[in-house]
Amino acid sequence: MIKVVKKNEASALQANLLRIGSCLAALLAAAMLMSLLGYNPLVVYSEIFKGATGTLYRFQETVNKAIPLVILSLGISVSERMKFSNIGAEGQFYVGALAATFLAFNLPENIPAVVMLPLMMTAAVVAGGLWCLFPAMLKVRFGTSETLVTLMMNYIAIKWVSYLQYGPWKDPKAYGFPKMPKFTENEIIPKVLGIHAGWIIALVLVVLVYLLISKSKLGYEISVLGENEQTAKYVGMNTTKILLIAVLISGGLCGAAGMIQSSAIEKSLTDSMSGGLGFTAIITAWLARLSAPAILVVSFLFAMLLQGSSYLQTALQIPAAAAELLQGIILFFVLASEFFTQYKFVVKKSSKGKGAAV
Amino acid sequence: MVKKALALLLAAGMAFATVGCGGSAPAEEAAPAETPAAEASAGIPKEDIKVGFLYVGPIGDEGYSYAHNQGRLQLEEELGVETVYVENVPESADCEKVIRDLIDQGCNVIYATSFGHGEWAYNVAQEFPDVYFGHGTGYLQGDNFSNYMGRVYEARYLAGIAAGMKSAEGKIGYVAAMPIPEVIRGLNAFTLGVRSVNPEATVEVKWTNSWYDPTMEKAAAVELLNNGCDVIAQHCDSTGPQIAAQEKGVFAVGYNAPTYNAAPNAYLTAPLFHWGEFYVSDVQSIIDGTWQSQSYWTGLATGMVSLDELSANCAEGTAEAVDAARQQIIDGSLFVFTGPLKDNTGAERVAEGVQMTDAEMLSMDWLVEGVIGTVG
Repeated sequence: MIKVVKKNEASALQANLLRIGSCLAALLAAAMLMSLLGYNPLVVYSEIFKGATGTLYRFQETVNKAIPLVILSLGISVSERMKFSNIGAEGQFYVGALAATFLAFNLPENIPAVVMLPLMMTAAVVAGGLWCLFPAMLKVRFGTSETLVTLMMNYIAIKWVSYLQYGPWKDPKAYGFPKMPKFTENEIIPKVLGIHAGWIIALVLVVLVYLLISKSKLGYEISVLGENEQTAKYVGMNTTKILLIAVLISGGLCGAAGMIQSSAIEKSLTDSMSGGLGFTAIITAWLARLSAPAILVVSFLFAMLLQGSSYLQTALQIPAAAAELLQGIILFFVLASEFFTQYKFVVKKSSKGKGAAV
Repeated sequence: MVKKALALLLAAGMAFATVGCGGSAPAEEAAPAETPAAEASAGIPKEDIKVGFLYVGPIGDEGYSYAHNQGRLQLEEELGVETVYVENVPESADCEKVIRDLIDQGCNVIYATSFGHGEWAYNVAQEFPDVYFGHGTGYLQGDNFSNYMGRVYEARYLAGIAAGMKSAEGKIGYVAAMPIPEVIRGLNAFTLGVRSVNPEATVEVKWTNSWYDPTMEKAAAVELLNNGCDVIAQHCDSTGPQIAAQEKGVFAVGYNAPTYNAAPNAYLTAPLFHWGEFYVSDVQSIIDGTWQSQSYWTGLATGMVSLDELSANCAEGTAEAVDAARQQIIDGSLFVFTGPLKDNTGAERVAEGVQMTDAEMLSMDWLVEGVIGTVG
């Protein structure tokens, strides 16, 4: 009989070896799949790398993909620090974008970008924060599961965007095609060094979140609350207040990511613009073990995988589904390694005699 | 921990769930940009040409993207040029990225095949004046940017004849994607075809707001069947409506590609595209250095569209009626949108004897008499 048993604390070295091992195992398993499909795995891997960094353009595209991942992961990490499972990053992303778009469509066009963009950003942060605050209040008041409520609120947010896109906010000049009008110049985040300025915001946020968690009193309180709520209460912390402030920050960051994506990339709002980023960011946040600097690295690596495999599709004419399969395998192994840093399988001998075993 | 692991698992699952997004679309307003943009190009030698195709769905959709891919294969076979394609390209900013990726990888001819790709492709085209662009079903035009479409409404009129002759109840259902002029035009042409042989018949429309969504398309068809329809037609990219018809023991008209095998007991026929006709001539003109920006819109006469072979499920006499109408359309004696035409609120839209112009057809936003439903 095989049992899953919690391990003694794995040393940092052990844990890291395990992670590296699982990455190698992932590459090996994916290589077998590629060979079965008739592709040379070495070519596939080198093409992924080339596709993500081979030219300046591809590098810029990789950064474009990394920006929302970094910011969303940061947002998720703040609430996860206190064991508040925010599965609602996707929804907060959309309401953030929605609030920014509302201002973009309703404020006069002659407002300069230096005023317009901060206004849109503020609206997005507030909207995203409130979207995350609501499940937190339900949790505090009624003890509801934040995992479920934040998850469900994603769909409410997305359906709102769909409703507006197919209805009231539909571009009247689009011949009935369900899309919203484009933003005007003053509503679009400008480029710096060839990439939209969201990369600067992302870097600044990495530093700010790092300082918040590691150096500030609130960050300390969040961590204590996450480790043990009773302890936090015992030492006299106002746990409700800490929780609510932290989820406001968490949702606000996700909302900011939505505003950046809609303004800089989509230049409008659509109900498909996230492409599941809010969920991918949960993975990157966890792989980075909720550490802000690690989030930057992991998100970039993940963006390389995304950009590289989209390149793969055209470079080798690998079907879209196969490229996604590759990503899935790599993720599966890497996530599994996290499990094995904490648990192990043990084979238990049956204690009963032969007669009892039927 | 368990909760976290669960959540993570859930999240990972969702991350890979794809967003159904769909496929074909209209042509538009040929009028304003049409003439002066035409500018002969220097051309590209055949061996240096690399053509990139953007499909809105998977090539295995048995519909719109499949039909474009057939065109791509024809292009490879007839001209021997290099081609690449990307499936599932959304009609959002991702589309612009895919085009830039393709150009980055050396493509110098780009065909964006879905209506919603248009603006994104147009933006990129202005940045890359040396790359040739074609936008399927669109209306935008520029120095290096053509649009192309088939007059599939002609084939839809013929399909309407087959459906009208088959429907005993005189109630036909129509699963439609987006309420844009192309789809409305097709629905109207189909209805006119139906009523040319079955004057009291109605065509009830349901919108899916997606080009390719097998589940929703089938569900819409089931709803129509439950309302008593005994023939289902479609302007969407999956075979879901045809399968629904077969399950109910009634009949269906497909779209884009011959899909008899998907529902052999239900399938009557389907309006088909032959995109290769355009792709071959367009790329040939690039090789020859005679390429000009254009609004390409041809129909039955050039072979750009056709009606699939009629199946044995069709009513007796269908072949004769369809052949006669096809001949008249090709020789010009029958024009689908000729007055008097009323919309389905009873208001007159086209006066007796008047033919609609291309510009009017390309911006059609009303439903002809006989259609049950509204735009959108």
